[in-house]
Amino acid sequence: MASKDSKDQDPRIAKISSAIRIIPDFPKPGIMFQDITTLLLDTKAFKDTIDLFVERYRDQNISVVAGVEARGFIFGPPIALAIGAKFVPMRKPKKLPGEVISEEYSLEYGTDKIEMHVGAVQPGERALVIDDLIATGGTLCAAIKLLERVGVNVVECACVIELPELKGREKLGGKSLFILVEGEGA
Amino acid sequence: MSAYTDQDPRLHGIKTQIRVVPNFPKSGIMFQDITTLLLDPKAFKDTIDLFVERYKGKNISVVAGIEARGFIFGPPIALAIGAKFVPLRKPKKLPGKVISQEYILEYGRDCLEMHVGAVEAGERAIVVDDLIATGGTLGAAMDLLERVGAEVVECACVIELPELKGRERLNGKPLYVLVEYFDI
Repeated sequence: MASKDSKDQDPRIAKISSAIRIIPDFPKPGIMFQDITTLLLDTKAFKDTIDLFVERYRDQNISVVAGVEARGFIFGPPIALAIGAKFVPMRKPKKLPGEVISEEYSLEYGTDKIEMHVGAVQPGERALVIDDLIATGGTLCAAIKLLERVGVNVVECACVIELPELKGREKLGGKSLFILVEGEGA
Repeated sequence: MSAYTDQDPRLHGIKTQIRVVPNFPKSGIMFQDITTLLLDPKAFKDTIDLFVERYKGKNISVVAGIEARGFIFGPPIALAIGAKFVPLRKPKKLPGKVISQEYILEYGRDCLEMHVGAVEAGERAIVVDDLIATGGTLGAAMDLLERVGAEVVECACVIELPELKGRERLNGKPLYVLVEYFDI
């Protein structure tokens, strides 16, 4: 798998990249699935992954780390804890028990929705949105909208992996995207 | 064992940050919502610290976390104690070859899966989830780990509902929790 920017390449990135496993034809034929579970088995590479995000965000006055269910729940909390921010889970419908706001987004066929608890974030807070991977950008776009609807300033989206061919970066409403490694799309 | 009975001063802050939502997901259930705990950086950090202090230096190489709220607490613990994090997931989520363990629900069955090769025989593991109720899910998680020859040292949850007696369904394995909730 290619790494993002060879000339700037932090020496930790090569090991992170090689720790990610590609599973062909999952969940359906033609898709090369980027499996981060193997990264989580490499204690140094997992720590390096978190450190790279923490180093970038720790002095940016970020008070909210929003993580998209479920793999965003793995990377978001360690970052939030290290930078002293709250962690806000963004979930599929009917999982969050309290009052929620929802944002619908398009899938290849049909639509889906993500939800956030009312009151989790306050207007004016500075937030990051975290997920393991950005593909088409639909989920991240919905997450940004949810936060902006309640007056939050989304500073950046951060993912471990980007699939650049799917151009998700262009769907983030002008928000910047920070990633560690690039992978091939479908 | 409950940390609450030892009264570490951090526990009060943790307990008060957990929100109880009545009648979710259905009438009569008092749902223990940990998302409010996650909004309090100090209380969230204290939660993780309490587990890390208990498990650091005990030669634990695997922290298994149950989807999805176990994914919030497990990785910070794993990172701090130098263990791998192994996600245990609902069917068809994990992309590689898996082993599955079925377990009984109040009505019907469910299934938990783990990647083949994630854990080696002889590894020492803890299982983490936000809450233990009847113990069905934790029991299935332990079964998965034991089937591949790992030693489950303990199950660790933020919250226990002692009236549901989940503790008794862990095949004799110890359970460590931070707070207990009694539906009185």
